[in-house]
Amino acid sequence: MTLKESPSQTAGPYVHIGLTPNYSGIGGVYPADLGKQMVSPATKGTRIAVEGRIFDGGGTVVKDALIEIWQADADGRCNSPGETRGAADPHFSGWGRCACDTETGLFRFETIKPGGVPYPGGGMQAPHISFWIVARGINLGLNTRLYFAEDEGLLAADPILKRIEHRDRLSTIVIPGRNGVYTFDIWLQGPNETIFFDI
Amino acid sequence: MLATEPGIRVRYILPTSPLSCVRRNGLIEVWQANAGGRYRHKKEGYLAPLDPNFGGCGRCITDEEGRYIFRTIHPGPYPWPNGVNDWRPAHIHFSVFGQGFAQRLITQMYFEGDSLIWRCPIVGSISDKDAVRSLIAQYDHDNTVPMDARAYRFDIVLRGRRSTMFENKLEGN
Repeated sequence: MTLKESPSQTAGPYVHIGLTPNYSGIGGVYPADLGKQMVSPATKGTRIAVEGRIFDGGGTVVKDALIEIWQADADGRCNSPGETRGAADPHFSGWGRCACDTETGLFRFETIKPGGVPYPGGGMQAPHISFWIVARGINLGLNTRLYFAEDEGLLAADPILKRIEHRDRLSTIVIPGRNGVYTFDIWLQGPNETIFFDI
Repeated sequence: MLATEPGIRVRYILPTSPLSCVRRNGLIEVWQANAGGRYRHKKEGYLAPLDPNFGGCGRCITDEEGRYIFRTIHPGPYPWPNGVNDWRPAHIHFSVFGQGFAQRLITQMYFEGDSLIWRCPIVGSISDKDAVRSLIAQYDHDNTVPMDARAYRFDIVLRGRRSTMFENKLEGN
């Protein structure tokens, strides 16, 4: 039976109430906001931080967006019932959630560098972190990915990145690290618009 | 999302019968305004008072048959500075997880019989009227709790895992 998909609606300006209640000042309901902590001392892999801001077409920082990320573990396995290549690191959820700071717009995830993941159509995908962005004024969540600039050979062989026509735009999602920190600024529109994925 | 006062208690139910593949053990998170149409958020400036007994957020995991129930109050409609005289119909925000990250959904649930639904620009961002109807919870008399709570039923359908998004059909397929 085919059912019609429920349409998406904007998360609105008060998304924090539902998804990061502690951050929004609603204490005493849940002990911690979901997705706040991705790694523990037992997690395998190289510690990294991913941080940045979201800009609108006019260059204004978006301060009420919320971001979720999803990634493989250090060996390239996903912590999901759908993973068929063996058990992922039980000490790594692979999923994170962060509200952009309501004053500065900054987001920050403390995680690990993921391993490469096989592409369903053959070949290997370069290590990457999937991003999902919702905010006031966005009716459908935006999907993009962060890739790691140091993975030159893997990036060149990546079957998805090969499909990107405008090669000069790759720098919007292939990010260099400095001391383990990757600054991933996301532009919703304009000349620097980030590559978003039609998934 | 328990509330002691004021407003009307409602329940939301997702039965399995119409679904070919139910989402078991899926996380659902909700947030909403209080009975007066006021959100508990520092950026919220609407004049309606906060309800000291109502936070406005809730979450649960669907059961083995994909069902969920929230017990809450009927949120109030509220005006917002958009056009000259725009009002949001009473609504509850829903965040739903599927089995894959590509199924991640945030949407809003409306209440059957609310005249504001068809005047709302945010509802109007969905061009397909049938798709809008799928976001309107139906009154479910059989699941009301006598002398306590009315019930509304709201089924959610996530995109197929292999579904493609089309720019000209943002509401899905």
